[in-house]
Amino acid sequence: MLPAEIIFGLTGVGLFTLGLRATLLHGSLLARILAINVCGAGVFLMFVSIAYQGAAAMPVPDPVPHALVLTGIVVAVSATALALALGRRLRESADE
Amino acid sequence: MNALLWTLLDLLLAAMLLGLGWAAVATRDLKRGVALFIAFGLLLALAWARLRAPDLALAEAAIGAGLAGALLLAALRDEPRHEKLAAAHSRAGLWTLNLLSVLLAVVVAWALLCALEMGEGLRLAGAVTDHIGQSGVSNPVTAVLLNFRAYDTLLELAVILSAVLGVLALGPARRGYGLPGPVLGGLIRWLVPLLIVTAGYLLWVGAHAPGGAFQAGATLAAAAVLLRLGGVDRAGLPAAAVSRWLLAAGLLVFLGVGLSLAGLGYGFLQYPAGLAGGLILVIESAATLSIAVALALAYVGGWSRSGSTQPDSTQGGSH
Repeated sequence: MLPAEIIFGLTGVGLFTLGLRATLLHGSLLARILAINVCGAGVFLMFVSIAYQGAAAMPVPDPVPHALVLTGIVVAVSATALALALGRRLRESADE
Repeated sequence: MNALLWTLLDLLLAAMLLGLGWAAVATRDLKRGVALFIAFGLLLALAWARLRAPDLALAEAAIGAGLAGALLLAALRDEPRHEKLAAAHSRAGLWTLNLLSVLLAVVVAWALLCALEMGEGLRLAGAVTDHIGQSGVSNPVTAVLLNFRAYDTLLELAVILSAVLGVLALGPARRGYGLPGPVLGGLIRWLVPLLIVTAGYLLWVGAHAPGGAFQAGATLAAAAVLLRLGGVDRAGLPAAAVSRWLLAAGLLVFLGVGLSLAGLGYGFLQYPAGLAGGLILVIESAATLSIAVALALAYVGGWSRSGSTQPDSTQGGSH
């Protein structure tokens, strides 16, 4: 059977690449911000897959990558908020 | 049989994640893309639960899918006209990009498989399990965040603070929402107190079970988002002067505890035995309030104009 860490790890690789490709491809700022969030989710998925490896033998999976990804989720949403605010300001100055 | 069933479920979840992720970034309609992204975040929370990371599942559902989705939707509302999604690309450029993407995917997949192949390698999981008794909490993720790698979390709070200061510096609040209909209004009256109680529970339970400051802060921020959608322009935030202090409280308390311990000769953020649990709870409580205020302010988009309680008043115009 295919282990879960390989399935989800490769899903992470897929999400990372398609997010990155879309970030480069799109013209609209909002679409780019959305795509970079998908890209980040792929990175998180790879991290947590590595943490999960061999978890059947352990009481809990490796908590260190979990803590890093938790930090990452919160930082990603703050960065998204800042990027959206920058985008709004840009549009407002373009309208003037 | 059991293993086969697990694999099938894993493959199904993975395929849905990839499909939703693809659809969210490939669609020509931004509104659709954001809706798909929220669904993607919820499925990602399921994937975290599957990979035995319940702390992440809680955070993803509240922050990744919930607040990020709310932020994107609010930004979408500001969008005056629908911009063209894809910039014009030449055929050759598109093919080069596709080729490079596939190459990158192969290289990263190879690196990941090599890392998985290495097996246990150098892991810190053992060190965490060995020392968790001295950390003051029994949830390993909280122990890593607030004790073993407390520097990371301290600096993370600084990152959140600077991001929100950036948002605040860039302009006034977005225009507010009108008064809700009876159904949404009733729902908000029920949900907001429930969310506040849940946040308190998550903060307390984080010491020994999945939960903690980030999840609790995000839940409080969700209550603020709901209030704003219900026509409360300030989203339940206290006056600006108080909000400013709350915004900085997490970082200040964290630094204060660290420096006091350094002054007492324990070393920066080296908690003395016996006091660790209490100190972590103090830091987490302050961090919860800061994270909640930060995320709520990020959603509101800036300080509300003073005294303006009229929804959809003059705030929408170009400034």
